[in-house]
Amino acid sequence: MPANEESAGTGARVLAFGGYQPDKVVTNDDLAKIVDTSDEWIRARVGIESRRVARDDETVADMAEAAGAKALAASGLTPSSIDLVVVATCTPEVQIPNVSATVAYRLGITAPGAYDLNAACAGFCYALAAASDSVRAGSARYALVIGAEKLTSWIDWNDRSTCIIFADGAGAAVVGPAGAGEPSGIGPVVWGSAGDMAGRITIPSRTGSLRQDGQAVFRWATTALHPVALEACVRAGVTPADISAFVPHQANLRIVEAIARKLGIPRDRVADDITHAGNTSSASIPLALSRMAEQGRLQPGTPALLLGFGAGLSYAAQVITLP
Amino acid sequence: MTDQEILAGLAEIIDEIAGVPADEVTPDKSFVDDLDIDSLSMVEIAVAAQDKFGVEIPDEQLKDLKTVQDVINFVSKNS
Repeated sequence: MPANEESAGTGARVLAFGGYQPDKVVTNDDLAKIVDTSDEWIRARVGIESRRVARDDETVADMAEAAGAKALAASGLTPSSIDLVVVATCTPEVQIPNVSATVAYRLGITAPGAYDLNAACAGFCYALAAASDSVRAGSARYALVIGAEKLTSWIDWNDRSTCIIFADGAGAAVVGPAGAGEPSGIGPVVWGSAGDMAGRITIPSRTGSLRQDGQAVFRWATTALHPVALEACVRAGVTPADISAFVPHQANLRIVEAIARKLGIPRDRVADDITHAGNTSSASIPLALSRMAEQGRLQPGTPALLLGFGAGLSYAAQVITLP
Repeated sequence: MTDQEILAGLAEIIDEIAGVPADEVTPDKSFVDDLDIDSLSMVEIAVAAQDKFGVEIPDEQLKDLKTVQDVINFVSKNS
């Protein structure tokens, strides 16, 4: 008999968050020494003041492990309680082995189901949905979900339209069953893709670097995504007015603000982690959540709206009850 | 729609997106040089203009619309 059969049919919820950023801070002034740009230009276009860059020898797995360890500690669970590890990443150093099994082993999690998932900047929301569904179906009881990226290893440092945006980091969440009789704390995911625009964000070869058609992506992000976020609210039975924290992928502060404006969510409830983290793709949402939790900006028991979007193009949104 | 109506609608959009007072939005003004509006704001303005005037302004066209009058002409011709 499967060990987790007793949990089938229950809801799922997020128990804790954890985040990790590399030590090295790169300011806009630092970048202005490498490419033709300025602090003022970067702040105005993307809202970033500084970002973190991993050491050469620091891997996606190292960062995933650090964030996962913090989330595990915050959850109060022992590593042996976890039976599923999902790592969302689009920047692993190698294709084999995957990141998740290594991270699980290093964290002392014994023989969990472990897989990596690539939905680029939407990856964390996809992974959270997969983990939630696994817990609800009884395929897992407790899951560790991690978004981890080392984008700076795929950046052309001569391309001033991308090197100012992307950065490194990791964020994690622990997912477990909702209490008996309690509603699920992870709402239905509203996800989708737009493969007709696949060429707008690419890393075209193994040795290539990230290319982005910024204007087209900006137009897509500011027009196609607020209906997705709204649908996630509807599916969860809440309205944007109920949302205590809106945490969209930290792509560009102007995209974040435009979507929030269209949803009518006031600025003080909107994550702006990009200012000091840069765009960390799948890591940005859990990284922002963990920092907001540390700052006391998250109200436990209230609904938060998550919205991931990016290369693919892929997108996903869900409402969670904050731990 | 008259040019005057398009100008009024456009001024409203520019005020909302870029915070430029409506009376500063006159046909001869250049978006970049006079109104300090960057390429991303131009995308937002194009999207808002589509909602307001029902005229789609694709990215490829957008780069050629340098002045307020250029947008008025484009909307007028395509509406």
